Amino acid sequence: MASTLTMAAALNAALRERLEADDKVLIMGMDVGKLGGVFRITDGLQKDFGEDRVIDAPLGESGIIGSAVGLAIRGYRPVCEIQFDGFVYPAFDQIVSQVAKIHNRSLGQVRMPITIRIPYGGGIGAVEHHSESPEAYFAHTAGLKVVTCSNPADAFSMLRQSIASDDPVVFFEPKRRYWGKGDVDVTGLLADAPQLHRARVVRSGADATVVAYGPMVVTALQAAKAATEDGRDLEVIDLRSLSPIDTGTVVSSVQKTGRLVVVHEASVTLGMGAEIAARVQERAFYSLEAPVLRVGGFDTPYPASRVEEEWLPDVDRILDAVDRTFSF
Amino acid sequence: MTLHGHVPPEPDLVQLLTPEGVRVEHPDFPLEITDDEIKSLYRDLALVRRFDGEATALQRQGELGLWASCLGQEAAQVGAGRALRTQDMAFPTYREHGVAWCRDVDPVTLLGMFRGVSLGGWNPNENNFNLYTIVLGAQTLHAVGYAMGVARDGAVGTGEPDRDTAVLTFFGDGASSQGDVNEAFIWAAAANLPVVFYCQNNQWAISEPVERQSRVPLFQRASGFGFPGIRIDGNDVLACLAVSRVALDEARSGQGPTLIEAFTYRMGAHTTSDDPTRYRLSEELETWKHRDPIERVRAYLIREAGVAQEFFDSIEAEAEELAIRIRQACRALEDPSPLSVFDQVYVEITDELAEQRSDYADYLASFEGAGR
Repeated sequence: MASTLTMAAALNAALRERLEADDKVLIMGMDVGKLGGVFRITDGLQKDFGEDRVIDAPLGESGIIGSAVGLAIRGYRPVCEIQFDGFVYPAFDQIVSQVAKIHNRSLGQVRMPITIRIPYGGGIGAVEHHSESPEAYFAHTAGLKVVTCSNPADAFSMLRQSIASDDPVVFFEPKRRYWGKGDVDVTGLLADAPQLHRARVVRSGADATVVAYGPMVVTALQAAKAATEDGRDLEVIDLRSLSPIDTGTVVSSVQKTGRLVVVHEASVTLGMGAEIAARVQERAFYSLEAPVLRVGGFDTPYPASRVEEEWLPDVDRILDAVDRTFSF
Repeated sequence: MTLHGHVPPEPDLVQLLTPEGVRVEHPDFPLEITDDEIKSLYRDLALVRRFDGEATALQRQGELGLWASCLGQEAAQVGAGRALRTQDMAFPTYREHGVAWCRDVDPVTLLGMFRGVSLGGWNPNENNFNLYTIVLGAQTLHAVGYAMGVARDGAVGTGEPDRDTAVLTFFGDGASSQGDVNEAFIWAAAANLPVVFYCQNNQWAISEPVERQSRVPLFQRASGFGFPGIRIDGNDVLACLAVSRVALDEARSGQGPTLIEAFTYRMGAHTTSDDPTRYRLSEELETWKHRDPIERVRAYLIREAGVAQEFFDSIEAEAEELAIRIRQACRALEDPSPLSVFDQVYVEITDELAEQRSDYADYLASFEGAGR
């Protein structure tokens, strides 16, 4: 049974469903209780599930993740909210050196089924530290799984799957898409959802492939629509999972189209685009008609908000890159 | 009177057994203990020291890559370790070999990470003794989270001795400067969690003296966070036992966290890679030798309890057997196979990691003579 929901409401529904399904699931973060989180993703959950399951944490990101580790050792399944992307760094050690490694350190004898939700990306006119895209740091870390949703239906299914995962998952939420609407089957069974770590071809096309994820999927689809005016038929892939990467889906597409542009908000150097380009040239070298191009943030700090629209990849910069792959 | 002119009183040091082995009473911390129980503590101390010394020797012989000795800190660790109940949970640093001993973790298990055959390798929930944590202070937050779980499980303040649970977490004078430790204090205080913070102030953070970390005695920091702090003679196993028992009891009964500063001394190097002669005076070491945690128990047992030499001989023999067993078992620890590095990275291995493993297996098999 499908309902039309915003991504924010779909995430809220996913959290509610997991709290109901598993009494070991806890939500913790700053302002997640009465306020419902600064983006209202946890709206109403403390009222319905109590203060000991939806926990307003003291202000300390390392404390949120470090205590989640202890809860996991005790058998709990914490879902942590980091308020904004740029605030995750105080918790970096706990995520990278503890959450990611304890299962391995224990030779598999203890699990870290922790979900770390991070609203990320720009485009909302915010001050510094509220618009960043730090996904590559985490995708670089063995022991973590990293995913991001681009639409309400995926938000609902992927967050449920992440919480149900026995491995730690860093779940990036494209904050500027929180208010976008879509159909969500809120009664769908977890087992029937598409596999968490599979990419999805969201628009089939013949001439060039555009890989995007999170906030850039909408933008990539807009670019594909605009490209039809130039007579170009773009295939758009929503990567969905950043670690592991569904390389096969991307390679199959490139074998068909011969051209690839990877799009993300994060700075291009050593970003997801670099990894995807490396994999594609390894596996589809003779299918490529042109070099793989990256469209992303520049290698600068995320800029002041009055200039972010120019800094962020948009339809024109994607189309410019597509043009360049054809003029090679 | 000015604010900066105010001098706090000298800290009290809780002591129940003097360095000379004389049993003294403390008005707040009476300890009912039999001479047989003190003999048992002596056995713990002596065996831990023998094990620790054997590990240092194994490092010198090239059998271990590194060893972090607990020499001099045996009483601080055994006293705390023997105050734990079965259901309590301990979160150590990487030096709590004496606590591991009290939790019945096989010493050989501890050697794995120092030999380089694993990164830890034990199950924290098997003996309620967490994995060693090398990043300073990170484990204090794990203890806080575990205590949140304990509270949520209704295992605090029920009055049932086998159910009420406390969490004991260790750190040092150096780690007390870490943000995580201070966050842990804040969380534990705000939620009144059943955590005992046990700081072994061994005076040195590698080469930095404790004065580099703090202007006040470390235990006094607790008052700013809103819970009691106390300094104990960390070389007095009876004081460590008595005060830990009280703190753990209060945690189990729902009275919240405590900070214990066990005032002790790192008699050895930071690790086998360290050279303390570069930064501290030998006179300091000599002073602390007179406060040795084991000698005072021995002196008490001989002079005040009339324990015969046969007892000490039997402990010595047991220590020698332990050392032999450890030495042999350490040498028998097998190197992990190259392909094992892919195991247990995830509960559910990813396709790409499985592929990396498979490619590497093929590569290894491609060498002449491989697989024979």
